[in-house]
Amino acid sequence: MPIIHVEDLTFRYDGMDAISDITFAVEKGIYMGIVGPNGSGKSTLIKNILGILQPEQGRVELFGKSIAHFRQWEKIGYLPQRLSALNAHFPGTVEEIVQMGLPKRDSVMLRRTLEMMAIAHLASRLIGELSYGEQQRAMLARALMRRPELLIFDEPTTALDPETREIFYSLTQEMSRMDGTTVILITHDIGVIGQYAQNLLYLDKKVIFLGTFKDFCSSRDMTGLFGPTSQHIICHQHDQIRSNG
Amino acid sequence: MDLFEIFNYGFVQRAMMAGILIASVSALLGMFLVLRRFSLIGDGLAHATFGSVAVVLLIGISPLYVTLAALPLVIISSLAIYKLTSSRKINADAAIGIVSSVGIAAGIILASLSGGFNVDLFSYLFGNILTVNNTELLLSFIVFVMVLAVVIYFYDDLFAVTFDQELAQSMGVKTRRINVILFLLTAVAAVLAMKVAGIMLVSALLILPALTALQLSVSFKTTMMVAVGFSILAVVCGIIFAFVLNLPAGATIVLFNICFLLMVFAAKKLSILRR
Repeated sequence: MPIIHVEDLTFRYDGMDAISDITFAVEKGIYMGIVGPNGSGKSTLIKNILGILQPEQGRVELFGKSIAHFRQWEKIGYLPQRLSALNAHFPGTVEEIVQMGLPKRDSVMLRRTLEMMAIAHLASRLIGELSYGEQQRAMLARALMRRPELLIFDEPTTALDPETREIFYSLTQEMSRMDGTTVILITHDIGVIGQYAQNLLYLDKKVIFLGTFKDFCSSRDMTGLFGPTSQHIICHQHDQIRSNG
Repeated sequence: MDLFEIFNYGFVQRAMMAGILIASVSALLGMFLVLRRFSLIGDGLAHATFGSVAVVLLIGISPLYVTLAALPLVIISSLAIYKLTSSRKINADAAIGIVSSVGIAAGIILASLSGGFNVDLFSYLFGNILTVNNTELLLSFIVFVMVLAVVIYFYDDLFAVTFDQELAQSMGVKTRRINVILFLLTAVAAVLAMKVAGIMLVSALLILPALTALQLSVSFKTTMMVAVGFSILAVVCGIIFAFVLNLPAGATIVLFNICFLLMVFAAKKLSILRR
């Protein structure tokens, strides 16, 4: 049973196709990167998968259940691209935000997660008082705190410093390998995601490519799309990261 | 006259009890509304209340039951604001503006149809908590219990929706249900607040205590309790001052709320300067 199953998914904004005829499945424990240019529908796809947007046509199944009947939301950890309108005056503390929606408070797990994201010292600070990078780390801690079976991140590392970015990638890769956590990561950074993700979905309103990073580098279609130089740079950058790592 | 003697009057006791209940309700709901940038919903619903009271008076319902009878139309107005807002094509402030204008226009036309200047209708513009009757006191108590129960039972959901609606949806929170509940309770609170502060000042009761408490935030729960505290204090001080100095109670309560906000602002500024 795939963790995510998307079939013939189409979503329109004001009559214009934002994404159309998207079909793919993600199995348990897979680390998948979703890449594509701005406006290619990456975030729209994720919002449809999570039931935040309702598709015009098509079907989404999570953990074998159609989205309409899916109730086990605690299995999913989601980090949106940017909080739609984070109010700087919101009076919630980091601790309150990270524990948001948890049925039971677990202080040991809370401390461990905050330490992992290097924000334990900010636990009682108001979220609005933090820098964007610190807020992002708090939001990552929130997604990880539930120890979910499916993690969905929408451009999670944009505001992070290189060190925290590296911690984030390694941690999610470890969760995927050791615990069988399924990870979906939207990013612009194809080269970096190739180091961590097993599968790659290239989206531009439609599925342009779906396969492994190795397949991506050897795909003639992708050479046609990116040009030989760009494709080489992306794949070479990936090789360099691998050899440095 | 001894200050405590005023509490011997039945109407002052009723005013105090109803005032404390309505102040708590307004402050609790106000926290969620202010943080979700729905601050002006109080104004919109107050204006809808004006139109509803005009309808009720035109029908000839006894003044004793005006508050109760005005409720259905105000509830419909709040749902109209919700519907317009959730269409994503109209911003919240514009949706509130539409409902607000309809309420005022309807009120003025109905007042004119009823035979010109209508004293009863215009008395609602300024409110008078000292005239609260037993029905309104009972209604205040019922609404207080309802709001408290909703805030306690749906606390996690309300917190998540207030923080970020999309994130809340991804956690399985039924955001539509939470929004409808919040709007309905605000409609009822606006009708009750009309009695305390008058139609002109309803939004002050919703906004000011929350704003004051937000200046002192240390956590979400604490901020909610501080807002309720300031709101109650303003009502108690307002009623006493209004009675002793023969001032309009609604406006006095609102001025106390503003004083608290200014005092907190000043104290905050001073503490920053001293650092």
